[in-house]
Amino acid sequence: METIKLTIDNKAIEVAKGTTILKAAREAGIHIPTLCYLHLHDLNIENKPAGCRICVVEVEGRRNLAPACVTECTEGMVVNTHNIKVLNARKTVLELILSDHPTDCLICAKNGNCELQTMAQEFGIRKLHYEGEQSHYREDTSPAIIRDVDKCIMCRRCEMMCNEVQTVGVLSAVNRGFMSVVAPAFEMNLDHSVCTYCGQCVAVCPTGALTEVDHTNSVIRALADPTKTVVVQTAPAVRAALGEEFGMEAGTLVTGKLAAALRRLGFNYVFDTDFAADLTIMEEGTELLDRLTRHLNGDKNVPLPILTSCCPGWVNFFEHQFPDMMDIPSTARSPQQMFGAIAKTYFAEKIGINRENMVVVSIMPCLAKKYECQRDEFATNGNPDVDFSISTRELAHLIKQSNIDFNALPDEDFDNPLGESTGAAVIFGTTGGVIEAAVRTAYEVHTGKKLAKVDFEELRGMDYIRKATIDFDGLPINIGIAHGLGNARKLLQDIKDGKSEFHAIEIMACPGGCIGGGGQPLHHGDSSVIKARQKAIYVEDAGKTIRKSHENPYIVKLYEEFLGKPLSEKSHHLLHTHYFDKSNETFIE
Amino acid sequence: MANIKISANKLDELKAVCKSFNNEKGELINVLHKAQGIFGYLPAEVQEVIAKELNVSVAHVYGVVSFYSFFTMLPKGEHPVSICLGTACYVRGAEKVIDEFKRLLNINVGETTPDGKFSLACLRCVGACGLAPVVLVGEKVYGRVAPDGVKDIVAEYAK
Amino acid sequence: MSKFKMHILVCGGTGCHASESDMLLDNLKTIVSDKGLDGEVQVIATGCFGFCEKGPIVKIMPDNTFYTQVTPADAREIIEEHIVKGRKVTRLLYVDPENKETIADSKHMGFYKKQLRIALRNCGFIDPENIDEYIARDGYEALAKCLTEMTPQQVIEEMKKSGLRGRGGGGFSAGLKWEITSKSVSDEKYVVCNADEGDPGAFMDRSILEGDPHSVIEAMAICGYCIGAAFGLVYIRAEYPLAIDRLKIAIKQAREYGLLGSDILGTGFNFDIELRYGAGAFVCGEETALIHSMEGLRGEPTVKPPFPSVSGYYGKPTNVNNVETFANVPVIINQGAEWFASIGTEKSKGTKVFALAGKINNVGLIEVPMGTTLREVIYEIGGGIKDGKKFKAVQTGGPSGGCLTEKHLDTPIDYDNLVASGSMMGSGGMIVMDEDDCMVSMAKFYLDFTVEESCGKCAPCRIGNKRLYEILDKLTQGKGTREDIDSLRNLSHVIKDTALCGLGQTSPNPVLSTMDNFMEEYLEHVHDKKCRSGQCKALLQYIIEPENCVGCTACARNCPVNAISGERKGVHIIDQATCIKCGACLEKCKFNAVFIK
Repeated sequence: METIKLTIDNKAIEVAKGTTILKAAREAGIHIPTLCYLHLHDLNIENKPAGCRICVVEVEGRRNLAPACVTECTEGMVVNTHNIKVLNARKTVLELILSDHPTDCLICAKNGNCELQTMAQEFGIRKLHYEGEQSHYREDTSPAIIRDVDKCIMCRRCEMMCNEVQTVGVLSAVNRGFMSVVAPAFEMNLDHSVCTYCGQCVAVCPTGALTEVDHTNSVIRALADPTKTVVVQTAPAVRAALGEEFGMEAGTLVTGKLAAALRRLGFNYVFDTDFAADLTIMEEGTELLDRLTRHLNGDKNVPLPILTSCCPGWVNFFEHQFPDMMDIPSTARSPQQMFGAIAKTYFAEKIGINRENMVVVSIMPCLAKKYECQRDEFATNGNPDVDFSISTRELAHLIKQSNIDFNALPDEDFDNPLGESTGAAVIFGTTGGVIEAAVRTAYEVHTGKKLAKVDFEELRGMDYIRKATIDFDGLPINIGIAHGLGNARKLLQDIKDGKSEFHAIEIMACPGGCIGGGGQPLHHGDSSVIKARQKAIYVEDAGKTIRKSHENPYIVKLYEEFLGKPLSEKSHHLLHTHYFDKSNETFIE
Repeated sequence: MANIKISANKLDELKAVCKSFNNEKGELINVLHKAQGIFGYLPAEVQEVIAKELNVSVAHVYGVVSFYSFFTMLPKGEHPVSICLGTACYVRGAEKVIDEFKRLLNINVGETTPDGKFSLACLRCVGACGLAPVVLVGEKVYGRVAPDGVKDIVAEYAK
Repeated sequence: MSKFKMHILVCGGTGCHASESDMLLDNLKTIVSDKGLDGEVQVIATGCFGFCEKGPIVKIMPDNTFYTQVTPADAREIIEEHIVKGRKVTRLLYVDPENKETIADSKHMGFYKKQLRIALRNCGFIDPENIDEYIARDGYEALAKCLTEMTPQQVIEEMKKSGLRGRGGGGFSAGLKWEITSKSVSDEKYVVCNADEGDPGAFMDRSILEGDPHSVIEAMAICGYCIGAAFGLVYIRAEYPLAIDRLKIAIKQAREYGLLGSDILGTGFNFDIELRYGAGAFVCGEETALIHSMEGLRGEPTVKPPFPSVSGYYGKPTNVNNVETFANVPVIINQGAEWFASIGTEKSKGTKVFALAGKINNVGLIEVPMGTTLREVIYEIGGGIKDGKKFKAVQTGGPSGGCLTEKHLDTPIDYDNLVASGSMMGSGGMIVMDEDDCMVSMAKFYLDFTVEESCGKCAPCRIGNKRLYEILDKLTQGKGTREDIDSLRNLSHVIKDTALCGLGQTSPNPVLSTMDNFMEEYLEHVHDKKCRSGQCKALLQYIIEPENCVGCTACARNCPVNAISGERKGVHIIDQATCIKCGACLEKCKFNAVFIK
């Protein structure tokens, strides 16, 4: 490998050719501040428009300052990252950015978690020397995401996420000069766009320009209402990330504390979405086998591959962008919605209350879930199966607001019957997990044999498109996995072009799967956080006594007592859905 | 696509324009120029059609349209008045000419009169610096325009 | 041009066109036909003569008679007197403003005497819509020479030896740029001609394209041969319809003559050209932004390196030069690098075209050898300051440049001297200002332009320039403070140091250079709330001279904001805090009692 020798802050260092000053400095332990730059290394996601100009450094012999994020090291380069010229320039540029930014930090949703605020604090900004006109835009509230564009600093991270990673194409830089900002077409609201509410824009926004719609107050109100029985479900990825909000290391599992906290918040029943994940496997796995068998038997009306459908961002994506392929995904509802449907029927009956008197709250790593639970088809007589969906971040706020000392909580268990789950359900939280869970069940159901080993390493990892062939006792099943909608698009295009050889494909809208969801604690550009969460998920799975969905005793009981069998009429009614062609929705108000 | 206000033959014309550029997304700006030629401006519906034909997002098309000052989403007046604000015209008093147009037409720069007759715009250097300050009404160039000559220009078209 | 005895050349440039030169042309043609002179007299529309101040221009060849400000109605007299009877129409001849003598031959006019036309060599001489006329003046000879007698490397060496530097502003060696692009390895390469002339007040590129489009086409083909490109693109402003038309015609003709297309001149060399249109974004003059615009994107620049020579249009090596740079190329090949290098100064060879405008007598397009002084340009070619006013400054380099003052008048103009004087060459706009121009307002005008044209990608340009503009505005409103002066300076330096592209990095130049040269004006605006030129309306004071006031109350009655008080037949006073400086009092006073301070 060709290397280059240079000096940064009087420190002689050697780096590989092609290394940027920023990377070289970081390798040498020198921290150069950045704002627009974002590099999710393990996910191969990079944003470096070199627009904020915060990372400028002085390079000897150059007439102006160099942006460290994009300037490559050259032989003999002498770099100074913090002389007075650099510091003045950086501070002035930051003051300029702040001069076009609201200063309502105390009541901003990102207070304490804002990269711009942190930087202002680190730079010791006490006065803005360059005050003037601020750019103003209309605030946009959609079912899941709020755009407060006055707070946009044009870092372009959201634009990159929406276009390059997700290929959804809702956001673009619009206008020019001082009025330029990132917005949907015609600066309309998100709900007039093809937005999937995946929330990846929110996940990377350094400021309060993009945040989730906060439903915590609705939850508090429901908890305070004595006429309501409030049931909570919590998604698998939440337990692998919530601890971060309380200062714990990334990857710390807080399942027990999570259950304890929810109980202390006053939820009447603390359940687990994992239960519904097991149920999903029963339905989706059976559907897979059914479609597979019919297809292999020559029924050309049964298309393959079958695609997972538990990710609401993904569902929104294909409804908008691939309406001609709506017969490909499984009809199984997402675990959140299966849970709601079962809670408000089976469980409500069990405890003898009306669905109107039950409030189902879900804790999700996801913002699209907020939209999903508001879909008309998931309500009975206007009463939604899931009333409110709040993100991992919102739950953390709720716990803090209620002065619960999370770190000191004991570990507690979920309630039964909807709190029992298997290892197969836990891994729903990561890319590759849903399909691995499905394989564990489908294999045993199809072959009638016990799996010797339930860990399918070939389905795991972080590569954005993965392929594996699983031997179903002589029948090779080709499995595809994609996370990130841009990667999903590639697999979908292959199917459209008739080039796909897969029998089943798992798709997660968010890079990394739910652990990297738009509602998770902010990773601030550190992708090792997502990797740590993934590791935690597999640890939780390995520690479970039951690791296959069809062995969950409460699931078995649910079928015995209520549903009959997978794909029964009742199952169809409560646990399956249909999709809508949204490609013709115009953006014109 | 629902809610289209474009007439069928104009829609065909627009699609033909896209096709003449092989529906190539790199040709977006050329397509927009032609489209503005057809419609006089670039309403949202037109941008949606172009996005679909060139297989790019509507946001991208709008991002481009809103970037370039030549493109407009507002219909221009029957007689679009453009005042050159190039340096030569500026130092020879173009600002006063703009003020006079604004006063007489009772609109701001970028607006169209309620009767749709006039719209007012500024542009950068038409290259007729010898005639500064310069005013264009449609394609016609008026040179050495003084503020008190503005009313005559307006009168010429106000009939 | 041989078969005709006489040629009537009518300027068809945009300036003259706007003054009905097209109608004049028609009239001349009709009358020539009526007189049965079709076989002897040829009437043609040419490109810009440059002397726009006196347009429309008509030139009669071969006697070189130069008529100015010709109207369509003058056509008959020109034909009947000059063409038929051989008597010059004296009233249409140019009058020397100095000695009031009429001058018939343009060679003797002050405007042309000091000029040397290389890039503009054919503008005003040939019919730009007729390739034969270009060929008659050695057109496409250079291309033939390159293709048949020279290797690409030899042409590049010749270019390097000539010392030709990019005329678009940067001043980078054209030959070196070609060499870098030629050495970039790729299956496809592109030649791009930057015709997105956005500098307000500069129109040389447009004039070249309107007056001599083939020179650019020929040069692009030569460049293609050197760097190994088979495809050229002209990125041209959509606001230049005439230039677009002429270029299209020229490309078509060149294809018909086998000078574009495949197997050019039977040498196996393939090259063709297409047009791409700009859409009104100054920043697209920056080459990376230009390339993005050609790719159908927002015209946002990206960081260099990689330079377009390595990774440009769709990631392929791309050589970008501007129109004027290309226009020089065929002459360099034909006349030789040594000849070209003998013109100009040590580091700036050849000539430069300037668009002379502003408060000057002879507004127009001029081309002078590098090293000509500002004094020669302004007083000899430009004919001095308009209305006998006093010269104050000249802005070169447009919004990216700075102003030069009295003390720079004898500085030879070249790339390096302009930079050393705190300005830059830019594309060649030259705006002359007189004592009536306020330098703070001038800086504000340019910042207004930059704010409008900033792409918005980087924070220093997007917000910093806005703040610069706001501070300057404050100053012109009389609300500036001493701290504002410091802020202007710091902000200007930070923007220069941190902005992403050339537009942003140079945008504070007008502020810095006016501050360097006219600090006293800034301080007057701040401390004395005074604008010596009277241009800053907010700083004017309308005062009633008690001596002259008779107390007629006309002023008070007409004041729209009731700022004037006083008894009938008593002296009136204007309350300065209320006054909105509308000037109604001044207009209404019949006793010369109201004056402006």
